[in-house]
Amino acid sequence: MKISNSVGSDGSHRLDPPALEEAGGEDASTDWPQPHLVIEPKAGWVALDIGEIWRFRDLLFTLAGRDLKLRYKQTALGVIWVIMQPLMGALIFAFVFGTVAKLPSGGVPYVVFSFAGLLGWNYFNGVLSKVGNCLVGNSHLISKVFFPRLVLPLSTIGSTLVDFAAAAGMMAVLMVFYRVAPSPLLLLFPLWMLLLTALALGVGLITAALAVSYRDIQYIVPVFTQFLLYASPVAYSVDAVPARVRWVYLLNPLTPPLEAMRSSLLGTTFPGTGSLAVAAAWSVGFLLVGLYSFKRMERSFADVI
Amino acid sequence: MSSRTNIALSVRGLSKAYSIAHEQEKHPTLAETLLHRVRQPFRRAAKETFWALKDVSFDIQKGDVVGVIGRNGAGKSTLLKILSRITEPTSGVIKLYGRIGSLLEVGTGFHPELTGRENIYLNGQILGMRRKEIDKQFDAIVDFSGVEKFLDTPVKRYSSGMYVRLAFAVAAHLQTEILIIDEVLAVGDVEFQKKCMGKMKDVSTNEGRTVLFVSHNLSALESLCKSAILLRAGTVDTTGGIHDVISRYFSDASDNANGQFDLRSHPARARGYDPQITEVRTLRSDGRASGEFFATGTMTIEIDIAPKNIIHEPRVAIAIEDQSGRRIMTTATYFSARPFHKEGAEQFTARCVIPKLNLGEGRYLISVSCSDKLAGMLDSVDGAAWIDIKWDNAYQSSEAYNPVYGPVLCNADWSVKND
Repeated sequence: MKISNSVGSDGSHRLDPPALEEAGGEDASTDWPQPHLVIEPKAGWVALDIGEIWRFRDLLFTLAGRDLKLRYKQTALGVIWVIMQPLMGALIFAFVFGTVAKLPSGGVPYVVFSFAGLLGWNYFNGVLSKVGNCLVGNSHLISKVFFPRLVLPLSTIGSTLVDFAAAAGMMAVLMVFYRVAPSPLLLLFPLWMLLLTALALGVGLITAALAVSYRDIQYIVPVFTQFLLYASPVAYSVDAVPARVRWVYLLNPLTPPLEAMRSSLLGTTFPGTGSLAVAAAWSVGFLLVGLYSFKRMERSFADVI
Repeated sequence: MSSRTNIALSVRGLSKAYSIAHEQEKHPTLAETLLHRVRQPFRRAAKETFWALKDVSFDIQKGDVVGVIGRNGAGKSTLLKILSRITEPTSGVIKLYGRIGSLLEVGTGFHPELTGRENIYLNGQILGMRRKEIDKQFDAIVDFSGVEKFLDTPVKRYSSGMYVRLAFAVAAHLQTEILIIDEVLAVGDVEFQKKCMGKMKDVSTNEGRTVLFVSHNLSALESLCKSAILLRAGTVDTTGGIHDVISRYFSDASDNANGQFDLRSHPARARGYDPQITEVRTLRSDGRASGEFFATGTMTIEIDIAPKNIIHEPRVAIAIEDQSGRRIMTTATYFSARPFHKEGAEQFTARCVIPKLNLGEGRYLISVSCSDKLAGMLDSVDGAAWIDIKWDNAYQSSEAYNPVYGPVLCNADWSVKND
């Protein structure tokens, strides 16, 4: 018999082999080998195990690839939809806000103007909604195998970035067609993307964690984002907002990065570094809260989902 | 005894509690939860704690192939889920000395729209393999699955057999030092099952890895494992050699073979039930209690029931399971058109006559349960009794019984058809 049961089945008292000692220093004093992995209940703030996510990086990319493949399988036009969707949106906005309402667009053709807004917005919205659904949508994986749960939300960023790249290509085509020159601020474009990613990921992680217990979230988020679309300078510019309510816009952390994006592309009004700093603080704050709530709920995902 | 340097896995004081909210306290939507909080701001929902595992400890040495045995609800799945890090323990420590891989089902993450090739990579990575590892094993996986012709076809076009073969092939090539396997043995057709068993044997014996098998199929465990752990009601009941543990598992029923089984304090009673089924007797045609029956003999089962509360209409059920834990048949009072009526709270005896058992040679377990049409389940005991079936030349030829014929005998007439 090779198995040794060192605890009486009555559980009244247990032998304490050195392996029981909690402190790592205890292990070193005995001849017990160093374990590869220790499984024990974790309390409070659980450190982000970046190393573990790195070990699962292949899975991260494969899941992102799966998302992309599945999204356009059995569609006749495939990837063209990634370009068509914002293009149609931009045309509708151009008609409603440009032609009918005659809002200012900083001298840029309204289609290009609204397309630039949708470029950032669609990326934000894509990350937010996909991160929010990633746990419930992959419940069969969560209840059957282990992998760092953060791989799921992170992989959605990858697939959304590919969509973004396709739409950005269309943006370039539009700019060439309407002869709009980019601003030198274009170099800072990745920074605005970073802000949007942090914000979308942060809010998405909070909703993902909540959606495990409360499926209501799945219905609340789309309504909320629809409101946000019109409360953010996507279809119009902040310049078109009356000055006395413009301060409200500072409360929306989406406003500065979206305006900065459009400014980098088309040379429209730059939101100013002050408001960008505030937006950055919001984004980092949401990201931290998101990561915290995700990690906190992570332990019980498999039991609840 | 265990040697420290050769240890693969050590579990100490492992417990897992689930809290079960009572039906009327459950709030599936956010609004209901908020409403409840507003109405009763200081009352926490009354929750019952259920210990799926309680203070479980054991060590497994490197290269050991260990079976985990236990009835439904004994804590096998919970133990597996904690070991594979799907869920966290409530308390206790597990130390793993080596990479661990777990197969709780075949084909986790398989997507019907993706091709076989894509699914091999996806599934492999979900199981914890690196892309390079899969590259290296790709040919072996494809070869084992036998679906090379359909590698670039979406798996939704696969037959269910092909699907399962591919899924098992990926899983079988997981190269971790410690492997946890749950109920994946019985997949595919008979031919492929044999191949799976062969592969499992290779994995566990030739490749020198540490394997933890969880299965209801005791005969499969018996051929694969050297030792086993018997779990009962969330605790370790026995550890030891596979044969000892399996016979211990069967002796759960009772030790007396005379056909009389006192159930007032039965270890395998479903948790949460008060003993209301007090005794089970298996009787031969002459009315004598016995633990031995002939293959085509008559068996009468008597179940003594002492209801705690008034019952309206009892529903008594009997199930017979074979040695591998597979359910052979179930019969119940409500399976028949004849009313089975008894009202009140006094003790009564339910009597069931099986005129012809028609079972192959071997040992069978009898599980009993009693519910009330209105009050629901009253009591349930798995493996409450057991019987041994003796071969009485039931084929009426000199042909002997062989377990491969299956446990159920068939009443059949053979003849040459003449025009």
